[in-house]
Amino acid sequence: MAISLDQVRKLALMARLELSDDELGTITPQLEDIVAFVDKLMELDTDGIEPMVHAVETVNRWVPDQLGDSLSREQALANAPNHDEECFLVPPVMG
Amino acid sequence: MTIPLDSAAKLLGLLASGELTARQATQASLDRIAATDPEVGAFTFVNTEAALAAADSIDQRRRDGQPLGALAGVPIAVKDVLCTTDMPTTCSSRMLEKHMSPYDATVVARLRAADAVIVGKTNMDEFAMGASTETSAFGKTTNPWNPSLTPGGSSGGAAACVAAGDVPLSLGSDTGGSIRQPAAFCGITGLKPTYGRVSRYGLIAFASSLDQVGPMAFDAVDCATLLNAIAGVDASDSTSLPVETPDFTAGLDRIEGELRIGIVKHHLEAEGLDPEVRQAVDDAIEVFRDAGAKIVEVELPHSDYWVPTYYVIAPSEASSNLSRYDGAHYGHRSPVAASEAGDRGPLVATYCRSRGEAFGAEVKRRIMIGMYALSAGYGDKYYVKALQVRRLIRQDFDSAFQNVDLLLGPVTPTPPFAMGEKIDDPLQMYLCDLFTVGANLAGIPALSMPGGLTSNNLPIGIQLQAPPLQEAKLLQAAAAFQRATDWHTKRPL
Repeated sequence: MAISLDQVRKLALMARLELSDDELGTITPQLEDIVAFVDKLMELDTDGIEPMVHAVETVNRWVPDQLGDSLSREQALANAPNHDEECFLVPPVMG
Repeated sequence: MTIPLDSAAKLLGLLASGELTARQATQASLDRIAATDPEVGAFTFVNTEAALAAADSIDQRRRDGQPLGALAGVPIAVKDVLCTTDMPTTCSSRMLEKHMSPYDATVVARLRAADAVIVGKTNMDEFAMGASTETSAFGKTTNPWNPSLTPGGSSGGAAACVAAGDVPLSLGSDTGGSIRQPAAFCGITGLKPTYGRVSRYGLIAFASSLDQVGPMAFDAVDCATLLNAIAGVDASDSTSLPVETPDFTAGLDRIEGELRIGIVKHHLEAEGLDPEVRQAVDDAIEVFRDAGAKIVEVELPHSDYWVPTYYVIAPSEASSNLSRYDGAHYGHRSPVAASEAGDRGPLVATYCRSRGEAFGAEVKRRIMIGMYALSAGYGDKYYVKALQVRRLIRQDFDSAFQNVDLLLGPVTPTPPFAMGEKIDDPLQMYLCDLFTVGANLAGIPALSMPGGLTSNNLPIGIQLQAPPLQEAKLLQAAAAFQRATDWHTKRPL
């Protein structure tokens, strides 16, 4: 199945990945090959088969609603690329 | 005295008898790393001072007669996908190049509680995506058996540091074969436990429903000792199993009852299976037959669909898990001038550039596959379909295990391959997981053990798989095989 360069550009934006023209040129045919490969799944009739999301099919595990330790503000900010004493600092959402 | 860095059991004996101190064992490990790592490149970080301080503390407590943990004084390395407070946790990615975790992974905390000495973090394919440890941002790891070959992946560093004789034990992680395939390529023993047997808290997620931490060592006995230290329910991981943890080292000197071993003929006739790998599997069948096991042919009718199913589910989960790397809270952030932001706005432009700069080609490829498989119009076609096939695959295993205790077969289609041989051909790289991904999709335990050498003196692995929570049976069978053969004692020349 053909995947267009425009489709790949759109996917890259959805994935929040800036890809160079070279990368787009490489990845587009690779995506086509991989999609063609996984299309093998379409050979199987899976009507009525319950999807298996997880290897351990647990229902909710509950924990007591008790106050516990959590990261300190200092710890939470320690790996931030930019922060002040209280908050993560990020570029503005709007230009 | 030669310090036996190839056996945790021997080290523990010498440490307990006082013939060896933890400092001596640790120093020997550090010296060996200094000698081998310039060529092998198994480590992303060596924690010299902290390891020696931990060893001294263990020695002092031993002198004082205080109780010590089950791994007291044994040097161990952990894959750099596991969070540690005293060493960077990078996932071999520029994205997390200097990342210091504020907490230890549960398995790391359990190693510390067992008084193991953590000497360093090991190299891996970036975010555990790869089968050759060539996608690390911090340089390739080579195979100690031959530096022109890959050690396998993604736990290539964790396997290579054991094979090189740096440490007797290491921890890897296995999402589609990432413990078993490098164990096979490096001639060691590696176990992917049942999904949920070992906590994933602090294991940086690649594909959450498939990832599992597990032990790597020269033999099954050492794997069992390490599994004892890390297994068990964890309140911090809601998917860890609330089941009893047996003593995996108990009963390794015998096999209880009649052992029925299943062979999947379809796998042994697979296109691309190397004749020497096939021969090693045939030889292993004879070893078990001679030991009294009953050999039974079984079918896994959907095994041709394992790899396509995996390459929808794993990238889908990865594209979601890796969305957390946005350069806002932690990780690499690229500056973007306001004039460059365009319609996206400065924040989204920063996300896009940061991720574009810091992720490598394989990670980007898998995010894109996952984004495609989950996108509107394709979610049902690919993702839901793959989940339905996953159930058929699990049902195949359940049916097979009604007739046999274990399955035996190849780990990899080929012996170790050359650096660069598959790196530009993603589909060829993905087919390295041909025989291993089924266990991850089904959540069952699986083990790789040395089962032969090629005519070029390269290791060949044999895989055993078992029903959920039957690690003890797997380890018993592997220990029996290792009593009957000496492949696990072979070392790189």
